[in-house]
Amino acid sequence: MSRETLVSLVIVLALLAIPLWATAAGETFYITLATRMAILALAAVGLNIALGLGGLVSFGHAAFFGIGGYAAGILASHAFNMEPLPFGLPGTNAMPVIWAVAIMASGIVALAIGAISLRTAGVYFIMITLAFAQMIFYFAISWPAYGGEDGLSIFVRNRFPGLNTLNGLTFFFISFGLLLAGLALFAALRDSRFGAALQAARQNERRLATVGIAPYRIRLAAFVVSAMVTGVAGALFADLNRFVSPSMLSWHMSGELIVLIILGGVGRLAGPVAGAMLYVAFEYFLGGITERWQFFLGLVLLAVVLFARGGVVGLLAGKARHG
Amino acid sequence: MAEPVLQLSNLVKTFGALKATDDVSLDLRQGEIHALIGPNGAGKSTLIHQIAGSLRPDTGTIRFLGRDVGALGVPERARMGLGRTFQISSLTPEFSALRNVMLAVQARQGSSFRFFRPVMRDRSLTEPAMAMLERVGLADRAAIPAAELSHGERRQLEIAIALALGSKAFLLDEPMAGMDPEGSKTLTGFLDRLRAEAPILLVEHDMDAVFALADRISVLVYGRVIATGTVAEIRADADVRRAYLGEEA
Repeated sequence: MSRETLVSLVIVLALLAIPLWATAAGETFYITLATRMAILALAAVGLNIALGLGGLVSFGHAAFFGIGGYAAGILASHAFNMEPLPFGLPGTNAMPVIWAVAIMASGIVALAIGAISLRTAGVYFIMITLAFAQMIFYFAISWPAYGGEDGLSIFVRNRFPGLNTLNGLTFFFISFGLLLAGLALFAALRDSRFGAALQAARQNERRLATVGIAPYRIRLAAFVVSAMVTGVAGALFADLNRFVSPSMLSWHMSGELIVLIILGGVGRLAGPVAGAMLYVAFEYFLGGITERWQFFLGLVLLAVVLFARGGVVGLLAGKARHG
Repeated sequence: MAEPVLQLSNLVKTFGALKATDDVSLDLRQGEIHALIGPNGAGKSTLIHQIAGSLRPDTGTIRFLGRDVGALGVPERARMGLGRTFQISSLTPEFSALRNVMLAVQARQGSSFRFFRPVMRDRSLTEPAMAMLERVGLADRAAIPAAELSHGERRQLEIAIALALGSKAFLLDEPMAGMDPEGSKTLTGFLDRLRAEAPILLVEHDMDAVFALADRISVLVYGRVIATGTVAEIRADADVRRAYLGEEA
């Protein structure tokens, strides 16, 4: 087992340990906290495909997170009110269906956004992805049908066949399971031919073109897959909070996902998990002490960028090796 | 005579008032090494860019393997079999030497949209890549990241990549640059044998290597080809001596 595999395993097991300990100690609030960590980690695993493997600094991934959230909210509200959707389709409160819709919707939107944005690079790419996400954000605010600015409540958490999702621990395990699936997807992509081309596009675009692989299509596919994973995390996030609002689509959210990855380790398998655990812990513990907790988060981020470029995973496992 | 592998006809490329390529016509025939020499700023790099597809000529045509490739981009020309090395090595620095070559093998197999099988366990990638590293003498450095290879080794690696593409023609931009004499000698011997596999358009400043290797030489000065001929003809050409080799040569 390589050192990185070991570090990844320890990080993931540490996340798993939180709700188990919380259950034993009767501190059920920490189960919610751990679930929040797992879901944000999943969203960041998605972004890590584009950002970490492909070097695509998307500052608009909140769009996909929010689209996933609204997929859950809208489908659930139609099911709750027994109103059919357009084309006479029924709403649903079944998580697997909601996830599939969240994945499809964020994938389709990512295809459109990516097809245009990926014609640019560098700072222009950052700005254009931000612009697209802001468009969707303002659309959500101004669209009254699903709560507009006030957001949309999910009155009863959506269901998963055979499980009681109202139980916090069960919902944690559902989220954790999807996180593991996301991590498995990330690892498989990273080691595959597609991942080789994607990482080559990040390291040296000219080299990739010179061996005969056009970087654009590779990046577009990565952007779409990345958005799909972040989208499904959005659906879970809506179910965790039983609420979805335009704030899930805001640029703060996009920034938060990037911060998670930088904290944990860009392009590293368990980077987003470590980053999400740290971030949520800061948010909760520092946030309990001072309202200005983000100032201290800023200091930590500064320290990571200056002294520990590889984030938590880089610190524990050393530089990434590509075989 | 069979059609040349690569044929440039009346290429012109201007940057503002500067004619970087001025009505250049030359060809590359099967089995030969055609050296392209000229002083700094003569437009050799601009010409290479146009052949590879990273620059479009203003006018003129480029035919490769009997096909007009003017409308094709860099990846398409590479897939047709145009193997290029760069004046300053251009590799994927984090990947090992082996993985750099594997990327070319993968590209040649035309299968980059495979999402699950790990490449390092895929012998249809690792074995051909390893064979190419052996050919250029880098087998024992296979696991070293490209960024940690020596200058000379990076040059060899670029050639291994071009080989792995199954190139029908090689476009080598100063492969000897910055190499020690021993390395140049080894590479000269290697290129000498390589021409049997595919013809080479060789841009090179090392005149010993050029005179030892070239079947034909074209001399580029201020964007124009002022002479094309055998080594003996070029050595004897008065214009070339004035323009490039120095009066006393």
